[in-house]
Amino acid sequence: MALEINGTTYEQDEEGYLVDLGSWNADVATALAAEEDVELTDEHWDIINFLREYYEEYQIAPAVRVLTKAVGKRLGKEKGNSKYLYSLFPYGPGKQACKYAGLPKPTGCV
Amino acid sequence: MATKKFMFVNRKAPYGTVYALESLEVVLISAAFEQDVSLAFIDDGVYQIAKGQDTTGIGQKNFSATYKALGDYEINKLYVEKESLEERGLTLDDLMDLTWEDEDDDYEEKPSIHLVDRADMAGIMAQQEVVISF
Repeated sequence: MALEINGTTYEQDEEGYLVDLGSWNADVATALAAEEDVELTDEHWDIINFLREYYEEYQIAPAVRVLTKAVGKRLGKEKGNSKYLYSLFPYGPGKQACKYAGLPKPTGCV
Repeated sequence: MATKKFMFVNRKAPYGTVYALESLEVVLISAAFEQDVSLAFIDDGVYQIAKGQDTTGIGQKNFSATYKALGDYEINKLYVEKESLEERGLTLDDLMDLTWEDEDDDYEEKPSIHLVDRADMAGIMAQQEVVISF
């Protein structure tokens, strides 16, 4: 699989995750979301940016439970729950948000 | 699902074989299933949590930063064997500063690494329901 944006090709694995993390940019996130009919809002970006920072620091995509807790701490209690995260990413905040953020699928995510 | 006491025993250096990375992945997965997880670092396994790892020369991903995320996964029982450190001329200061936040104690940061001697380590292992060696 591959994604083409403005003449640049971005390779994807069989589930649509970006193969080369380093090639990610905001346009890629927008295009990956568009493939799933999602239009990214500021609320989506908060989570995507958070995930990228988390990966930068720890070299892993966090499990949903860890993500939920960390979002609550960073962005406020009203956002640190699965209801809020699922409202943004109905296919699962781990899977879907990590995909848009250009990260691999979270470890332990099946 | 019933909670079991799992211990993952790490005996090998972080790079050169895939054991350390595989162990870390299994540890993270087991935590997702909310098990009571502890880790043991014995023999060359102590190098897995050594400070200042640099993999640029061997072209492998430096995954040492991931051990710092274990606290987020509520994995905070990292037992390091004292004799293994001493035999390699290492002290606690040579290991990464791994901590966890205690929610029940105003999010105070507490150390995850516990230095134990060989006899204590054997005792801790004996208390486990599942011991998996890497």
